[in-house]
Amino acid sequence: MPASSGFTDKKMKNKTLFNRSGVGLLSLGTMGCPRIISVVFGLLLPFLAEAKLTVVATTADLASIAREIGGDHIDITTLGKPTEDPHFVDAKPSFIVKLNHTDVLIEGGAELEIGWLPALLEQSRNQKIASGAPGHVACAQGVQMLEVPTTLDRSHGDIHAAGNPHYVVDPANAKIVGRNIADGFCTADEKSSGVYRANLKKFTDAIDAKMVEWQKKLEPFKGQQVVAYHNSWLYFGNRFNLNIDLFLEPKPGVPPTPTHLAEVITKMKQDKVHVIIVDPYLNRRTAETVAGKTDATVVDVSQFPGGIKGTEGGYIPLMDYLVNAVAKALAAKP
Amino acid sequence: MKLRYLWPSALCLSACLVQAQETNEVGQLKQQLQQLQENFERSQREQRQQIEALTKKLDELTKQSTAEAEKKKLEQDLATELQKNQPATPSASASASASASAAAAIAPAWSPAQPLTLARAGSAYMNISFDALMDVGGSTASDPSKFLQLGDHDPIKRGFSLRNAEVVLDGAVDPYFKGFANIVLKLDKNNETGIELEETYFQSTSLPANLQLKAGQFFANFGRQNPQHPHQWAFVDEPLIMSRTFGPEGLRSIGAQMSWLAPTPFYTEAFLGVFDGQGATAFSFRNPGDDVMGTNRFHGRATLDRNLRGPGDLLYVPRVASSFDLSDSQTLVVGASAAFGPNETGAERRTEIYGVDLYWKWKPAHADAGFPFVSWQTEAMYQRFEAGADTLAGLPTEKLRDWGMYSQLLWGFKPRWVAGLRGEYADGNTGADDANDVFRGQRTRISPELTFYPSEFSKIRLQYNYDHGDLFGTEHSIWMQVEFLLGAHGAHKF
Repeated sequence: MPASSGFTDKKMKNKTLFNRSGVGLLSLGTMGCPRIISVVFGLLLPFLAEAKLTVVATTADLASIAREIGGDHIDITTLGKPTEDPHFVDAKPSFIVKLNHTDVLIEGGAELEIGWLPALLEQSRNQKIASGAPGHVACAQGVQMLEVPTTLDRSHGDIHAAGNPHYVVDPANAKIVGRNIADGFCTADEKSSGVYRANLKKFTDAIDAKMVEWQKKLEPFKGQQVVAYHNSWLYFGNRFNLNIDLFLEPKPGVPPTPTHLAEVITKMKQDKVHVIIVDPYLNRRTAETVAGKTDATVVDVSQFPGGIKGTEGGYIPLMDYLVNAVAKALAAKP
Repeated sequence: MKLRYLWPSALCLSACLVQAQETNEVGQLKQQLQQLQENFERSQREQRQQIEALTKKLDELTKQSTAEAEKKKLEQDLATELQKNQPATPSASASASASASAAAAIAPAWSPAQPLTLARAGSAYMNISFDALMDVGGSTASDPSKFLQLGDHDPIKRGFSLRNAEVVLDGAVDPYFKGFANIVLKLDKNNETGIELEETYFQSTSLPANLQLKAGQFFANFGRQNPQHPHQWAFVDEPLIMSRTFGPEGLRSIGAQMSWLAPTPFYTEAFLGVFDGQGATAFSFRNPGDDVMGTNRFHGRATLDRNLRGPGDLLYVPRVASSFDLSDSQTLVVGASAAFGPNETGAERRTEIYGVDLYWKWKPAHADAGFPFVSWQTEAMYQRFEAGADTLAGLPTEKLRDWGMYSQLLWGFKPRWVAGLRGEYADGNTGADDANDVFRGQRTRISPELTFYPSEFSKIRLQYNYDHGDLFGTEHSIWMQVEFLLGAHGAHKF
């Protein structure tokens, strides 16, 4: 019944409009008629309760921080799955619909999503989240980007012109992300800005408290080398004084070759490196092969809450997992 | 008194002298012994050092060679293990439903597009990229372009051909529009360079009511493959039915298109394109055709070269498409399109084309660089062409009906590798001029292909075509295509 559903839509819209002008009506009501007040309130309250901010986040790490800031004032959708390669998310048409409806878009802002987000944005027809609009939150703003290439040369592999985009795994950067998101929410939904600011403070305090604990846990392994499959753990390594600078990939985005792996193995034996970290979407068996030849331990890691079972709880549980898993593997001497 | 002291002194002195003499001899002997001992120790030390040095050198040498041998062996081991480590084949359900498609072949986009690193919008005012496709191969047909390869970007001859080198520019014009231009260079049979302004359009970004306006010269949004550029195609050539309905170049013209994103919970978009529709790029419409001995002819008929009489002479292309996420890992897009407009074989002759298309893709939750995946793309089309009479050529007024489809299955079986299979069929009713018309009659083509992507910016593709047609019998062709892409190329749609 398209006719009737159209009617319902119209009615809903009218109500919403009415609701928005509710403040004006309210002042009219106070001038004379108390009955109008109660009627207006009756209409207003359920809508106020329902008026959640619609949010789309490109990846699960940003989404988890957005949840900390937005609490139950937001309705959030994540585009990329926590287990998939964030460079290669499909630009599904259903994402266009989600972006069309959303009030706020949260993205990394460091070209991680450049292969798929621009095409979606172009079709989304949503001015609220257009590049540069307040509803478009680029989380990298204010983050000290590392490995920003001085020359752009693709013969070095798939490098990002804006620098290494995997910056959220440094908790200090997560605080900046939180601040950027809170700014976006406050602009889009001024009336709840008090809540967002309070939640930001709570999140920042929690990170500060945890940071001490995390750093203490990894302190004994200061300066130790760790092997990663892909160069996505630079910021984590920097924060916790680990050298995560030996990679199974010969160049970013180029699959491991036997020659390169042999070099890695020789180096690992020489320098007694005994931990290899692997993201859930990468080929774990390659890491296991290398580990088998070096008596190293393979540790599953993820940049995204939910990328590994048990880390669905959010950013802090994920960091807890990462720190504990890496510390445990480093502590276990081969 | 003095003597009393002298005597003992003298005695003492003599005794001392004797003693000194004795001491001297012992000392000399001792010294000699010590010297000998020292000499002996020194030579021993030297020899030991020599021995040690030699041993060390020997050690190093043997170690080096064993290390090298070990490294070699390790490399070999790793190579075999990497081979074994490849991701498992897609889930049974996925391959089952995929193989259910009768004639199969590949689908397009193996992943969302390219990360951009050169001149990008953001650091420059636009993305600039250059993409070149080159073909090399052979065919049992001496002139493959005569009957077999009718697409304008297909390989056109045995040996080498280069049919698509494009410069692509795109970026934001201002807060209201985006701009896009695609300029194609290609080498003809004599390797003379041809140039075409394939697309040049701008697109609105801020219209209200979920509307979007596109205006300029661009590919009509009909079906799935027509709006795509050759470098997004999964095969080296244009599908048969598309060459019959849209001609070698695909359906594109100057015009405007309005599209509307429907407020449905799933993706639905409606499009209406209005085009000038004149010329070879609107093949079945106001196309004067080819010069045959001084006369422009299309489907055998001498054509008019009429001017636009009114809105009814424009080309209209409506389309509606919807998409559904069947599961977390499967997405389906379905669409229906049509094209209506006049043709040039008579004053009141018109053409209608209808098409349906389907695209399905499976990609697991743990995809690495977009692999593995399976995709299935199918398009079917029907064309009704009112052909005018040409009494001089002995051709009557008649309705030429053409239909056909292609179906392609792609399997990205491990990172960077895609295997595909495409099946095609095209046929039509009998027309008076069919014997001379390469765009009519029954044709089938089966094409397996294998593509290797060294990175997102290059590819190497090998394709075999089995061709069968009323006009030429059976032919076999093998083509290899290589591509390279420089610069920043805009992200592709799903």
